[in-house]
Amino acid sequence: MLTANEISKSFAGVHALKNVSLDIRPNEVVGLIGENGAGKSTLMRILAGTHQPDGGTLMLDGQPLKLRNARDGAAHGIGMVFQEQSLLLNLSVAENIYLGQEDQFVRFGVMNWTRMRAAAKRQLAKIGVDIDVTARTSELTFAARQMVELAKALTLEETVSRPLVILLDEPTSVLSGSDIDVLFKRVRSLKSRASFVFVSHRLDEVLRISDRVYTMKDGQVVAEHRASDITGPELHEIMVGRGLQASYYKENKQLPPRSEIVVDASRLCINGAFHDVDLQIRAGEIVGIAGVVGSGREEVTRAIGGFLTHTGGTLKINGEAVHFRRPQQAVRKSIGYIPRERRVEGLVMFLSIAENITLADLSSVMRNGAIDYGRERKLASDWIRRLRIKAPGPDIACRKLSGGNQQKVVLARWMTAGSRILILDHPTRGLDVGAKEEVYELVRELSSQGVAILLISDTLEETIGLSHRVLVMRDGAVTAHFDAAPGRKPDQVDLVRAMV
Amino acid sequence: MTINAQNIKSITKSKQAGAMPTVGGRLFGRPNLKQLRAYAPLLVLIALCVLITIANPNFIELRNLVRVANSAAVPLTLAMGLTFIILLGSIDLSVEGSLSVAAMVTVLLATNDANANSFGWLAVIAAIAASTAMGFVTGVIQTFLRIPSFMATLGVWFIGLGISVYMLGGSAVRLMDPSIRDLALMRVLGLPVAVWVALVAFLLACGVQYYTRLGRHIMAIGGGEDVAELSGINLRRVRIMAFSLAGFFFGIAGVLAAAQLGRSDAVIADGRLFAAVTAVVVGGTALTGGEGGVVNTLIGVLIVTVLSNGMILLGISPYVQQTVQGLMIIAAVALSLDRLRLKIVK
Repeated sequence: MLTANEISKSFAGVHALKNVSLDIRPNEVVGLIGENGAGKSTLMRILAGTHQPDGGTLMLDGQPLKLRNARDGAAHGIGMVFQEQSLLLNLSVAENIYLGQEDQFVRFGVMNWTRMRAAAKRQLAKIGVDIDVTARTSELTFAARQMVELAKALTLEETVSRPLVILLDEPTSVLSGSDIDVLFKRVRSLKSRASFVFVSHRLDEVLRISDRVYTMKDGQVVAEHRASDITGPELHEIMVGRGLQASYYKENKQLPPRSEIVVDASRLCINGAFHDVDLQIRAGEIVGIAGVVGSGREEVTRAIGGFLTHTGGTLKINGEAVHFRRPQQAVRKSIGYIPRERRVEGLVMFLSIAENITLADLSSVMRNGAIDYGRERKLASDWIRRLRIKAPGPDIACRKLSGGNQQKVVLARWMTAGSRILILDHPTRGLDVGAKEEVYELVRELSSQGVAILLISDTLEETIGLSHRVLVMRDGAVTAHFDAAPGRKPDQVDLVRAMV
Repeated sequence: MTINAQNIKSITKSKQAGAMPTVGGRLFGRPNLKQLRAYAPLLVLIALCVLITIANPNFIELRNLVRVANSAAVPLTLAMGLTFIILLGSIDLSVEGSLSVAAMVTVLLATNDANANSFGWLAVIAAIAASTAMGFVTGVIQTFLRIPSFMATLGVWFIGLGISVYMLGGSAVRLMDPSIRDLALMRVLGLPVAVWVALVAFLLACGVQYYTRLGRHIMAIGGGEDVAELSGINLRRVRIMAFSLAGFFFGIAGVLAAAQLGRSDAVIADGRLFAAVTAVVVGGTALTGGEGGVVNTLIGVLIVTVLSNGMILLGISPYVQQTVQGLMIIAAVALSLDRLRLKIVK
């Protein structure tokens, strides 16, 4: 019915999709799995019309299809239920369902609310849920909001005279077990009227609901299976892809850590996020934390970085007990944070490379109480050379750099500030393979200089490949420890077992 | 990895940012549209001068140029302070309140016709201190009560105005200290002392913006508050210091205004906020913060002053002048923003 042929798309020179083909048949649930960054969401957005492919074509019932925007997609019966919910929380349920389609309720410029509410009620009845259509959306549970989203997508049935294709982009990521069952029941009962694409990185769910499963990796579809023909672990193997390549993660440069313990957390807790976490990092050691969304690993790193204040247990930095309330206090304890959102948290994009490098510590370029521009430029030029930052000079604004080079500038900042502890929060997100490799190289170099590193990453492969030790977290607690010395790296399957 | 052309297309208002020492280098580089845009305020100023001179050659006479400089003194000093706040991405509406308090303190403590005080230059110091303290309080209100700068400074504006009118007893009080009056009356190298004071204020502002931690941290917060915080910058302290600094400049402006008028009254600050905001914006400092600076503001002040001087020379009605200024501020913002990158601002 809806077919994608050899779709390619790149963002800022990085390939998000490379020649992706996929086929959605009538009355079918198609599963789409892949790790973060594999290109699932980009593909969804192209199918929905919000992004346009750089190459390749979409076909609908054998006819080529060009979608300029989401409205076009909707006009052809393609609706999307977003991962981050797209409802406006300050509006009522009925207003949300008909957002952008209010025309049908307007007579002589006046909105007929009674009719809109009745229509919204009918939409919700289609999927068999009973939600007060006059309620403010913010008062609804996540599960109920998901149902409203689904009902909103189904309004297309009234305006489009062909079976719908409904794209569900990670709809289960915010739902609990029983809510997921409800959602799946609705999807199954709607299958006679529409086709679905179901995106998730939870394999068991995908296998449960889908008829066929596509697996994506690094922007490509690497496999297609009937759901009945494959098991979760097999699928995981394919999704994670190539076996560990020791050279990619520079394992030959993984030196044994030093003896001094730099970060020492004991029975660390934050109410509602994680509890009783014991974590030690030695100088020169890289410790990775693996875990799914909600496992508490993000919060652990944020507590050590000073964004969150721990509510129980002790945290010692260089042997001294600390109780961070602001990131600033962590910076003073020589902790540096490499964020995942470089644009928001990593760099001031307007400022130059030099200015960004000295942001955390200007003292080395101050002379007689004034900033010495000569020194600052020299310092930045040194870093540009040492870290092989591709830039014409230290005065270039950081927004002109590619992602990998931006990440190097962030690293240079913390090195300038003399950080001895680095928190790498998804350090290679959005980078292409070459840039990733350079970041790995740098991480190894820092570690060999005795910098203690705490790592959380999108992929298990990266976590295992880089780390000396890996902790696995689930539901706010550490469930397993793995030693990851070079040549004796743990198996991903074992990690996954402790994660879910 | 090469420099990414996709990202470059976002407007580079070149980089007035911390680029002062490199501005010269850029001037002689290959000119392109983006650089042209960076120098647009300067080109506008030159074009304005040329056009006004053609319409009325009296404009270029030395006597008139001195007059322009003189009427730019107070707006320049005010706009220096305001620039730092706008660079932060905030706004300071308390300009008129702070200025009127400073002017009131000056006249009431120096020799005047309402009381027996005669503290001389101590009055000036007290005036600047009072205005700086108002800025400090504004900063504290904003950061500790978490009130947006728009509301916090709107409140302080009226508090300041109320206090000064009350203290003046609702009438105009004459400033009779001859040495303070000399700020306006005495000339050095042909220019009134007030103009020299404003120029010193400008140099001071340059120093703060380009050569101190505070200046750099203001740019960083304006460009990306989260990054600044994660880099260990104390956001509250920087904000409070920036508002105090702004208050300091408003205080100097208040003293100059009192000296120029020879009195202080309820309307001494009228219209100053609009002129200051216009100057900052027309100079090319982004309202979103992080881009632009005090050098831009100098150009902006000159554009505003030259334009109003020119309109007076051409005999244009004051109401039309006001309308033109309103149009100018909208045009300046419209031309300077990369609107594709912005959503509609609430």
